[in-house]
Amino acid sequence: MTFFKNISKVLQQNIREYGMYIALVLIMVIFSVMTKGVFMSARNISNLVNQMGYIGVLAVGMTLIIVIRHIDLSVGFLAGFLGAVAAIALKYWGLPVYVVIPMVLVLGIIAGLITAFPVARLGVPAFVTSLAGWLIYRGLLQLVTAGTGTIIIEDKAFNALGNGFIPDFPDMGFLPGIHKVTLLLGLIAIVLFVISAINDRRNKQAYNFEVLSMDMFVLQLVVVSAVIAYITWILSGYNGISWTLVIVLLVVGVYDFIASRTVLGRHIYAVGGNPDAAELSGINVKNIVFVVFGSMGMLSALSGILFAARLQSATTTAGTLFELDAIAAAYVGGVSAAGGVGKVTGSIIGALVMMSLVNGMNLLGSDISLQYIIRGIVLVVAVVFDVMTRTRGK
Amino acid sequence: MNTALLEMRSITKEFPGVKALNNVSFQVAQGEIHCLVGENGAGKSTLMKVLSGVYPFGTYSGDILFNGEVQRFNRISDSEKTGIAIIYQELALFPELSIYENIYIGHLQDKGFLVDWNEVIRKSGEMLKKVRLNINPATKVKDLGVGKQQLVEIAKALSKDVKLLILDEPTAALNEDDSENLLNLLRDLKHHGVTSIMISHKLKEVISIADTVTVLRDGQTICTLDAHKGEVSEQVLIKNMVGREIDHIYPERERKQPGEVVLEVKNWSAYDPALGRTVLKNVNFQLRKGEIIGFAGLMGSGRTELARSIFGNSLGYRIEGELFIKGQRQHFTHPHEAIEAGIAYVTEDRKGNGLILIQDVKQNISIANLTELAEHWVVNDNAEIKVATEYKTSLNIKTPTVEQKVGNLSGGNQQKVSLGKWLFVKPDILILDEPTRGIDVGAKYEIYTIMTRLVAQGMSIIMISSELPEVLGMSDKVYIVSGGKITGELPIEEATQEKIMQLATNY
Repeated sequence: MTFFKNISKVLQQNIREYGMYIALVLIMVIFSVMTKGVFMSARNISNLVNQMGYIGVLAVGMTLIIVIRHIDLSVGFLAGFLGAVAAIALKYWGLPVYVVIPMVLVLGIIAGLITAFPVARLGVPAFVTSLAGWLIYRGLLQLVTAGTGTIIIEDKAFNALGNGFIPDFPDMGFLPGIHKVTLLLGLIAIVLFVISAINDRRNKQAYNFEVLSMDMFVLQLVVVSAVIAYITWILSGYNGISWTLVIVLLVVGVYDFIASRTVLGRHIYAVGGNPDAAELSGINVKNIVFVVFGSMGMLSALSGILFAARLQSATTTAGTLFELDAIAAAYVGGVSAAGGVGKVTGSIIGALVMMSLVNGMNLLGSDISLQYIIRGIVLVVAVVFDVMTRTRGK
Repeated sequence: MNTALLEMRSITKEFPGVKALNNVSFQVAQGEIHCLVGENGAGKSTLMKVLSGVYPFGTYSGDILFNGEVQRFNRISDSEKTGIAIIYQELALFPELSIYENIYIGHLQDKGFLVDWNEVIRKSGEMLKKVRLNINPATKVKDLGVGKQQLVEIAKALSKDVKLLILDEPTAALNEDDSENLLNLLRDLKHHGVTSIMISHKLKEVISIADTVTVLRDGQTICTLDAHKGEVSEQVLIKNMVGREIDHIYPERERKQPGEVVLEVKNWSAYDPALGRTVLKNVNFQLRKGEIIGFAGLMGSGRTELARSIFGNSLGYRIEGELFIKGQRQHFTHPHEAIEAGIAYVTEDRKGNGLILIQDVKQNISIANLTELAEHWVVNDNAEIKVATEYKTSLNIKTPTVEQKVGNLSGGNQQKVSLGKWLFVKPDILILDEPTRGIDVGAKYEIYTIMTRLVAQGMSIIMISSELPEVLGMSDKVYIVSGGKITGELPIEEATQEKIMQLATNY
């Protein structure tokens, strides 16, 4: 019985961190039942991931923006505008895809730095500068698509970013209909996870830090491995891992590493935790603002690329409300508006929660108006839950 | 003497761990000007907050009698209804509103649901006449100087039929003319039957205006002096304010011949564009290797401003003068340059701008010197834990692990974390701003011991402190700061609490 007691103890202590994962699983189970299994089908999960991608990368950048106590409303139409720039560069300027993508990413960085300038140098609230950006990029998007309307993109490599899948081994006769590279990657992921978890635990024990009890630790390993295995199994039953998923995982991995392991990441969270103390500790708060907004601009560009690739075209309304979806995802993912708190990985789960709601309700054929209402309720419940567990923790 | 308008009997007010007021009794006679003096932290402001209802009835013990009746104030509006008005050092006006809106904001003249603005403006004009302010009541408060804003505050109090006016350091931010004007107004109001309590550090003013003076020290009433019997003089006041025993709670220290000059400031002046005033005027001092110099003075005298103007000037002052670190002229534009030059600054307000309370001990200790713990910009977590644990041991930080959030630690342990953070940058010059404020005696002694150890190892320390015994117990030399100027420099052998207090109250 101590096993179950331990489970409930661990859950209670970490309810804030696990709450989101539990909510995600709950949402998935409910939709699976209601759609008679369609929701968890290989095809739909694959679709869900691709749908989530362009909001997910924005949510990652937005996490750091909110951590340093700012906001960026311009990201949606910036994404739409830069997606259109990519389309024009490919179609009318005839630039190759390997030139277009870096170029658009750099343009995104420049746009982010421009938004940051009045914030860092003149103390103008980011709400205002980025609202101005929202208007300006919306205007620019309409301007560049005015003559043509929707611009169809024909570049296959570019479109693969939003629709394509990683290649498989040539058919060797065994496991027919299964994407074997995906399966292999899933296996590698599980092994890497188990090794790093064990190493981490050893390290903490060496310093006498609190660690999970052995049975809980094993349970954690088993649960996480099972989830990875299940998802890879589902994905490999369809077309395997999509390029969008590869990009999202790469972005999350890199950003999580920067945020939690590097000097820059530490400086960002210090600025968010107490800007005055950070400044007096020798951190250049203004530079941090530039870096974080610059990264947000780059991720906006990436979001625009993913969205244009997914639609295989640039439209006049691309990017509408992306910024609010990204902000909502970050808050659902546990970012604190007071600054200094919030994980990149949390925000990506938040994006997945929000996109699961949309996807699931679409499958059920529910009305778009109801979708907005449900998403609003989930957002406020998530943040109320977060605030309550936070204050109780004190 | 007339009958007592106000009587406070055996007031005791405790905060967690501190007795701010200990059995204080205090009487104010009808129609007098009663001054309240004492060092920082003596309990003057706490006493006035008890009186005005900021600390509601039941959070203190003792009785307040006003006009002979026992009062139970639960909030400020209760005391205002009785006729008590308090004007704080930081004025509570709305800068963007007009004078008349400010005066009547709490009790607008109405007819039904609508405000009778004409009546408000007319009455405001009358009130302004009473405080001898000849100005259009529609002027925005932000367009007035501090002196005139103070008068608006008084007009606001008068509009509420005030019987007892309390002023907390009303002249601290005023120039001489404005101060004189204000004092005259108080005398004038006295003739019109308004009783006043004035808290002030400027003893000359106190002597010129007071009918009665009460001295507080360490939360206790020390004495009440009657000016008309000739009991009040600067010497008497200072003696009663400072007379604290210097107990032997300072570690023994071998006072060596100090080494070469490591920091020198010449003709240093600073203007704060945000406040629109000069905060430092022509400051000169020297710090030698292995020496502790003390900066004594009252709150707001300019000591913190001096430290921050040297430490990278992050408040954006316009500075004139020269700064030399180890003989080299320096122009710091950001704290990180000061840190690189070997200076560390432990702030006065550890929660406000010293520590990141939501982060843990190790992250706070490493934050000012992360690059030392990093290879290729990746922080070595194990090295960080090792360093933090070393400081936890050497500074005796009481925390279960270095992964504890700093917000959960006691004040003394937070201060040690702050110290650890700055020792980790391995400075030559350590500026400590009120290093023992708000921490218990045991932790204080530990901080003193650490300071002693550091100077023995060749570090130089600037200690800013409002606690005179601490200044006298730890320093090799004392500089006294008042009104943004250095008003005195005393070798430790010549420094006494009386001399320092005299120079600190000398504006």
